Amino acid sequence: MAENNNDAYVRFENVQKSYDGEILVVKNFNLDVQSGEFLTMLGPSGSGKTTCLMMLAGFETATSGEISLDGEPINNVPPWKREIGMVFQNYALFPHLSVFENLAYPLIVRKMSKSEIDQRVKKALDMVQLGAFGGRRPGQLSGGQQQRVAVARALVFEPKLVLMDEPLGALDKQLREQMQYEIKHIHENLGVTVVYVTHDQSEALTMSNRVCVFDDGVVQQLAPPAELYEKPVNSFVAQFIGENNTLHGEVVGVDGENCDVKLDTGEVMNALAVNIDGVGSKTTLSLRPERVTISPEEGSCRNNVQAEVRELIYLGDHIRARLALCGQEEFIVKVPNSATHSHLVEGETTTVGWQSSDCRALDPQT
Amino acid sequence: MSTLAETSSGPIVINGVPLREQLSKAEHKKKMTALFLVAPLLIFIVITFIVPIGNMLWRSVDNPRMVSLMPHLVEALNEWDGKELPPESLFQTAFEEIKKNIETNDIGKVATHVNYNLAGARSLFVKSKRKFKKITAPPYREQMIAADKRWGEIKTWQIIKAVSVPITGAYFLNAVDKTLNAEGEIVNQPESKRIYVTLFIRTLWVSTLVTLLTLIIGYPIAYLISTTPPRISNLLIIMVLLPFWTSLLVRTTSWIVLLQTQGVLNDMMVWIGVVSEEGRIQMIYNLNGTLVAMTQILLPFMVLPMYSVMKTIPLSQLRASQSLGANPFRTFFKIFWPQSIPGIGAGGLLVFVLSVGYYITPALVGGSSGQMISNQIAFHMRNSLNWGLAASLGTIMLVGVLLLYWLYDRVVGIDNMKLG
Repeated sequence: MAENNNDAYVRFENVQKSYDGEILVVKNFNLDVQSGEFLTMLGPSGSGKTTCLMMLAGFETATSGEISLDGEPINNVPPWKREIGMVFQNYALFPHLSVFENLAYPLIVRKMSKSEIDQRVKKALDMVQLGAFGGRRPGQLSGGQQQRVAVARALVFEPKLVLMDEPLGALDKQLREQMQYEIKHIHENLGVTVVYVTHDQSEALTMSNRVCVFDDGVVQQLAPPAELYEKPVNSFVAQFIGENNTLHGEVVGVDGENCDVKLDTGEVMNALAVNIDGVGSKTTLSLRPERVTISPEEGSCRNNVQAEVRELIYLGDHIRARLALCGQEEFIVKVPNSATHSHLVEGETTTVGWQSSDCRALDPQT
Repeated sequence: MSTLAETSSGPIVINGVPLREQLSKAEHKKKMTALFLVAPLLIFIVITFIVPIGNMLWRSVDNPRMVSLMPHLVEALNEWDGKELPPESLFQTAFEEIKKNIETNDIGKVATHVNYNLAGARSLFVKSKRKFKKITAPPYREQMIAADKRWGEIKTWQIIKAVSVPITGAYFLNAVDKTLNAEGEIVNQPESKRIYVTLFIRTLWVSTLVTLLTLIIGYPIAYLISTTPPRISNLLIIMVLLPFWTSLLVRTTSWIVLLQTQGVLNDMMVWIGVVSEEGRIQMIYNLNGTLVAMTQILLPFMVLPMYSVMKTIPLSQLRASQSLGANPFRTFFKIFWPQSIPGIGAGGLLVFVLSVGYYITPALVGGSSGQMISNQIAFHMRNSLNWGLAASLGTIMLVGVLLLYWLYDRVVGIDNMKLG
């Protein structure tokens, strides 16, 4: 999905990568990253996202295509000349140097004066709330603290671009969520361009301006988080991001933006025609759990069916109801735990409904 | 049903038995079980390691010969003050003991023993053996002196007394080229007999050189093995380990084939024209031969510890360093090299300690200028049978190596696999 935008700070143009000359790990990759943007490359393991990051950093070379930084092609520029900050998955802190020395390292390389080094290192440490830890060794820090030092080190020499390769993977859930916010705030304060790689979709949605979803070396969709979640363009994205209810059927009629789909069990649903091949083609309907209404008011929803409640799981702030309808045993509805909401009972039959605009007809899943 | 009774101000008691006691019993049982499991190995180590070394240490000061063969004389000498010629009673004791040893055919052993410190002692005893047959009755003193005037020299008796002490430092003195003169002072051995200090120095020097050479050659090899992909690194490791699978003797003698004056290298150089037929270089049966062969044989001992340490340096750190702006040279010196130093220390210590004790290689290819202390120890064990001297040389070596180990521990730290 190339965007011809002259403000692009990072540009991948028809980039391909193969390790053995036969199998393409990255297939025809095109991407423009805006200056100051937080862009996440999201995808399952082996989808090629880390390879693209490494090509941008300079540790892998593109088999074909061009990568440019601020308008200048960098295919042949070695990593140590690219002025890109990088945070690695295992932090890669230098264990034989103190935290201060770790941060001072890139500044010494750039031949800064001692007083300037002191000043910048202090500023960087304060930015990650580790001002008192300058004298410690990395081995004496906790995982979260090490990660923050790694982030500070990647930013201390004020690069224009920062790359992060799944930096939060090793942290526990609570710390991870806290760090997500911290990184996001640092990004907003500094205004650097960030390219972030992760396989955790909630992380991508939390932190990014735009998310680029990868599968098998090909970009599936590039969009801001809301658009990605609410308007996935194909089944992979719909199923990868957030929870997804699927119904299978065949297109029986197309009417402008909408289409009529006859499900395998006979009911006819009206849905948004997002990614179909025309009348007679197979399709998979995608429906987000929170867009399904239980016991809707008469006439409020375009599509209504009878559903049997199979399982109810209490999750504190909402109840996760598993229903059976239209041949789908795993139809999930999230019922907010509010006093006004209907109380479901396992085994009972109830009506559910949804709007056409919330139901997207996508490519059939194999 | 057990009851947990807690007194208001005392230890916890279960079923009448204090908890502390039960705990220590359980701990004791665990310890005994552990000891029982370890016992076979412990016994093995004690028998094959501690006992022989202890034996060696003992032999370096043990002086049993005179005490076992001439106990009465030793006793008498003990009471003699050493200032004037001994009294008649001592001469009598000496005569009786010598006669006894002649009969048991042990006089040769006595003669050899005294001869270590008294030049000419062998001939003295041989002559006395003959002449003493004629002496049948006292006074022994005059008759013995008449048989050989050396019996009338106070020096003779002083030295016999000196070599009779059950615990002696004579071997250690000898091992550092010193000796006790007749007056009992420590003096240098005569020039021609002073070899050990030179040998110690040479041994240390050769070991240092070999350690340095293996380091210079081995570091790049270890670096390559730890940073190249498995396809290449596996091949390199096999090449480093392959020599281990061939006999040490074969490896050493193959150097002879290569380096000897009529050997492959010299032939090639003459053929090319670098040296003339008469000017063939002697590269073996000298210090050079020892150095070359030992370096090759000890190389794996340097490469493998260094490799194991280098393997723990994550490549992501090197990438991080590059991403921060440091070129590959700077990355190597600032990030890789400091973290590889513990491996150098471990490999260096291993190679040094091994080469200090090396025997076969200097024996085969060292000639005379390439001899090390181990060769002298072997000589005394097998040829001159001066086990006391061999043991003291060995003890000095052992103490030296332990000292080095202690020093290394103080400076670098044995457990220290990272700098700081």
